[in-house]
Amino acid sequence: MSSTFDQIATIIAETCDIPRDTITPESHAIDDLGIDSLDFLDIAFAIDKAFGIKMPLEKWTQEVNDGKATTEQYFVLKNLAARIDELVAAKTAGA
Amino acid sequence: MNLDYFQLIDRIVALDLEARTIIVEAQVPPAHTIFEGHFPGFPIMPGVLLTEAMAQSSGWLLLGVTKFERMPFLAMVKEAKMRGFVSPGQLLTIEAKIEHEGSGFAVTSAKARVGAELKCSATLTFRQIPFPDPSLRVHMDAKANEIGFPLQAMTP
Repeated sequence: MSSTFDQIATIIAETCDIPRDTITPESHAIDDLGIDSLDFLDIAFAIDKAFGIKMPLEKWTQEVNDGKATTEQYFVLKNLAARIDELVAAKTAGA
Repeated sequence: MNLDYFQLIDRIVALDLEARTIIVEAQVPPAHTIFEGHFPGFPIMPGVLLTEAMAQSSGWLLLGVTKFERMPFLAMVKEAKMRGFVSPGQLLTIEAKIEHEGSGFAVTSAKARVGAELKCSATLTFRQIPFPDPSLRVHMDAKANEIGFPLQAMTP
């Protein structure tokens, strides 16, 4: 089974037509990969479906806007993968 | 259907918030200046307006699901297929279903038929944000009343 990072990297590559080999765990979805908010909706849809979760994008965005978090915490892909793993674990625990 | 005011939906036939589905009707007017240009001698509904009709149908469904707390704005159109001509005077029946409810966005699928014949379909993505202006909420409430939005469907 591929890692969470591998899965989201594949989703990003397919959704945004970005070469897969240019996407690394250190890539920042916005600053490095140039993904805009509309493309990120598409990515969020694919991730939600793939992992059976609902990424709290609005909460994350609010935290960034309020200065309580940085974009790196959510949009550097290794960190995004960690957030997704947490959401999957929380869902599994609550099931 | 009031094309001058971009009101494509006439009546809500069925709204099922549990199943996340809606069925609406839209009567294409028998005559309009749009048909004089699209096309002379062969008037048909433009595909963009059919897409908008599917979007408005989905929008009313999403308004119901969020209890009119968030306004859906069309963000993405995928797999829009115009499968047959729609002529002036025909009655469209449009079905929409929510495929996914994300954080601040939703994805729907929609189909429009004339009688039993499927005329168009699409997958649509919407951003859902709090009403940006109180007057828009007032307007949507009035429109909901006009098209028979079943407000009782939103009460538990």
